[in-house]
Amino acid sequence: MTLISGSNAPVGMRGKAAEAGKKAAAKQGRDLDERLGLASAGRWMLNYIFPDHWSFMLGEIALYSFIILLLTGVYLAFFFVDSAHEIIYHGSYVPLQGVKMSEAYASTLQISFNLRAGLVIRQMHHWAALIFIGAIGIHMCRIFFTGAFRKPREINWTIGLTLMILALLNGFFGYSLPDDLISGGGLRIFYSVFESIPFVGTWAMELLYGGPYPGTAVLSHFYVIHVFILPLVILGLLSAHLAIIMRQHHTQFPGKGATETNVVGTPMWPGYMAKSGGYFFMTMAVTALLGGLAQINPIWLFGPYDPIRISTFTQPDWYIGWLDGALRLWPNWETHFPGHIIANTFYPAVILPGIIFNILYAYPFLEAKLTGDKAYHNLLQRPRDVPGRTAFGAGFLAFFFVLLLGGSEDVIAVAFDTSVQSVVWVLRVGLFAIPPIVGAVAYLLCKELSAVPSAGKRPLANVIVRSVDGGYAATPVELHPLEAEHHEELEPAPVGHVFVPEPEPQLVTAGVVSPASAAERTDRGPAPATSAASAPVQSTSASDIPGVRQVSRQGTPGEPAPRSGRHLFFPRRSHGGEGPNGSNGDGAGTGPDSGSD
Amino acid sequence: MTDVRGPHDPSGAPGPSAAPIGTTDTETYAAQLSVAARNPKRVELVVGACFILAILSVFVLGWIYTQRGNPQIEGAMLFVLFGGIGFGMAAWGKYLMPRGPFVEEREVLTSEADEQAFAETLKRGQVAIEGRRSFLLKLFLAASGLMGAILLFPLRSLTPAGASANGPFYKTEWKPGSLVVDESNNPVHYSTLDVGGSMTVFPYGYTDSEDDQTLLIRASLKPVAPPDQPEKLQWSPVGYLAFSKLCTHAGCPVGQYEAEYQKLLCPCHESTFNVLDACAVVFGPAPRPLPQLPLTLDSNGYLRALSSYGEPVGPGFWYRDAL
Repeated sequence: MTLISGSNAPVGMRGKAAEAGKKAAAKQGRDLDERLGLASAGRWMLNYIFPDHWSFMLGEIALYSFIILLLTGVYLAFFFVDSAHEIIYHGSYVPLQGVKMSEAYASTLQISFNLRAGLVIRQMHHWAALIFIGAIGIHMCRIFFTGAFRKPREINWTIGLTLMILALLNGFFGYSLPDDLISGGGLRIFYSVFESIPFVGTWAMELLYGGPYPGTAVLSHFYVIHVFILPLVILGLLSAHLAIIMRQHHTQFPGKGATETNVVGTPMWPGYMAKSGGYFFMTMAVTALLGGLAQINPIWLFGPYDPIRISTFTQPDWYIGWLDGALRLWPNWETHFPGHIIANTFYPAVILPGIIFNILYAYPFLEAKLTGDKAYHNLLQRPRDVPGRTAFGAGFLAFFFVLLLGGSEDVIAVAFDTSVQSVVWVLRVGLFAIPPIVGAVAYLLCKELSAVPSAGKRPLANVIVRSVDGGYAATPVELHPLEAEHHEELEPAPVGHVFVPEPEPQLVTAGVVSPASAAERTDRGPAPATSAASAPVQSTSASDIPGVRQVSRQGTPGEPAPRSGRHLFFPRRSHGGEGPNGSNGDGAGTGPDSGSD
Repeated sequence: MTDVRGPHDPSGAPGPSAAPIGTTDTETYAAQLSVAARNPKRVELVVGACFILAILSVFVLGWIYTQRGNPQIEGAMLFVLFGGIGFGMAAWGKYLMPRGPFVEEREVLTSEADEQAFAETLKRGQVAIEGRRSFLLKLFLAASGLMGAILLFPLRSLTPAGASANGPFYKTEWKPGSLVVDESNNPVHYSTLDVGGSMTVFPYGYTDSEDDQTLLIRASLKPVAPPDQPEKLQWSPVGYLAFSKLCTHAGCPVGQYEAEYQKLLCPCHESTFNVLDACAVVFGPAPRPLPQLPLTLDSNGYLRALSSYGEPVGPGFWYRDAL
């Protein structure tokens, strides 16, 4: 049951062999350490602590799907032909036999129908790309809404944002490579959009496509970009992203003894390594299941690219859909100068994403400026505690989703049996009307949630007992010691920063309940609990967890916790003077055994 | 605390009980090392079953591979293989490993002493650029900057000869008298289309061209033109109209002719053009009408171009109005 059981190891033949193996391993380890000095760095690595929270998995999914993309992509690269040279197909897919198509398209058919496991790998590659981009998006939302981008992590926010843009781009390049009917339409639009950039647009596009549209080298250029340049850049930035995380350590949610100056969680070895490795394989598993059972991008049904055959209802992959929606919703303006024009597509497809991404890049710095918050932050915030930011983010997402709907306006028009015109006008109005509404609703919801002291806490079950004289008493059940820590996780216990107007639970010693914690318990149950029944619960969760320094929440027992003044949008920190890594952290954050190391 | 390798152990000395994190109390450490599961035996069974399933799936995968494969079974078996390993590992890590919780102190990222020492170290290089040697630095920067400029040279090589910003869309292969042909290079006779019919046509010999593709529409039996442009009546012999198929918005092929409403619809962004009004934009993001190709009939009744397009076809670009 415990891992330190070396003393009572079995003696015998197997025991001796094991001893010999251990000695050999130790010698090898010493040899390596003498040459590379690995022991110290290795120990640091094995001791590196990852905080436990499910939302930290999102970034991992992005990382793992990128690895899947590399693995499946290498396999595909062996068999894909990056040539637009036209041939007559004589392969095994009967419906297209005798059809003129590019070698790229023919080789994609070959991969799908003739290469063993080719279709599974190809579909896994496509699914992994979608998961990659989706996971990055959700990961960014998590970072945004919990305030994980705040100092000192602004740099990693910008790197992550760049990674998302590169992932979008590379998704588009890869999507274009099979040269099928639908991706061919995308190639045409991509050319037109970037051709519209003043001065450089036409030159840049001719360079990329190898001449005026359709160009002579578009597939080979895209191929080099897709399999070499962008993956390399992504790999480099990803490494920087991870290295910076390791250097700064993870953020963590308050509770479970977490403070601004420590990290509470699972160390790399052995627990995190097993869990994280398991997540990698589980990501692989889901991708493989999708790749095997869920058909995606069946290019043989679309046919090779032939502009004569493009029909309506062309839909880009969803991650480009918002840009397509912007193209569809933008009015038919074109700016004329003497001798020059700024084409219509420049505004919705170049300027608009430019503005959006620049706002996102600048956000951490803008928010710090707005709040005057220059302190280090290692503890995450709950979205409801920062209503201004949450409202902004919700409005931003609403804007994005209206654009995404715009990308499907023709499908919507058919589904609702109305005209495309009316759908476009509804969405044009909605694009400006919906985000403020969503933002306002989110803001009010945050305020409401903050006002409810027990919101988000897991309520304790009550046992209702009728006494002899007919009275009723509700008694909260005891928590199992192992559940206590999960319960604790949900406690909004912002250590060092108090912005929830709520009496903070006090440090409790076994058997004694301070007035504040008893008052808090009253909030949970309909009837006051007997303090004797609930005291062991609190003491288990607070002080019996081995190794966790007890957190003495601010204030002395009996006094309400200090509250900070509230900024209109962003709660202002009352501890603005906190130094790097919490110079006053010892006083505010750590408790009795803070001197143990 | 600035020791990168052991922030939680500034002395650097190995701890008494093999690297306890956050505590030196061996009793606490032992408690931290106990597994998290309430019922470890059951978890052991589940984890073992997961790994056994993964092992079995490898054999199924091998067998499928010899049978020339089947995407569905391959996907499902890969799911069992990866999922078995993954779920087993995660459950192992979550329930059968030290339950902790472990704590470590964050290292302090900055210190003024370090920053000062860094600045002092930088000054070591001062002597190299003092006095007239500062000119060397300027020369070096100039050389490096110009070295960056040679990166631009290959750009020119990547650009195909003859291509320039003045190339695209200014000139199509439609010349006065060009024979109108279908995609198989067959000439189009005036009896080819009924009223309400449409087809994609090219100038003779250029059926693979992107820029030249033109939509031929039979809108009526008689010439058609907007009332305010009567000169265009002679462009549409016996009701045939020809418009560039490249949308003026993003260059998609505008191919959907709705004869009932005399509208042309772009498949990409739903721009709508009025055929009877010289393809003026009715709705959608397209900023300009589709350029019209003037048509005529030759003595054999075949359609020919009366002249070339009077303007660049396709979407707008910065130099569009330069000529």
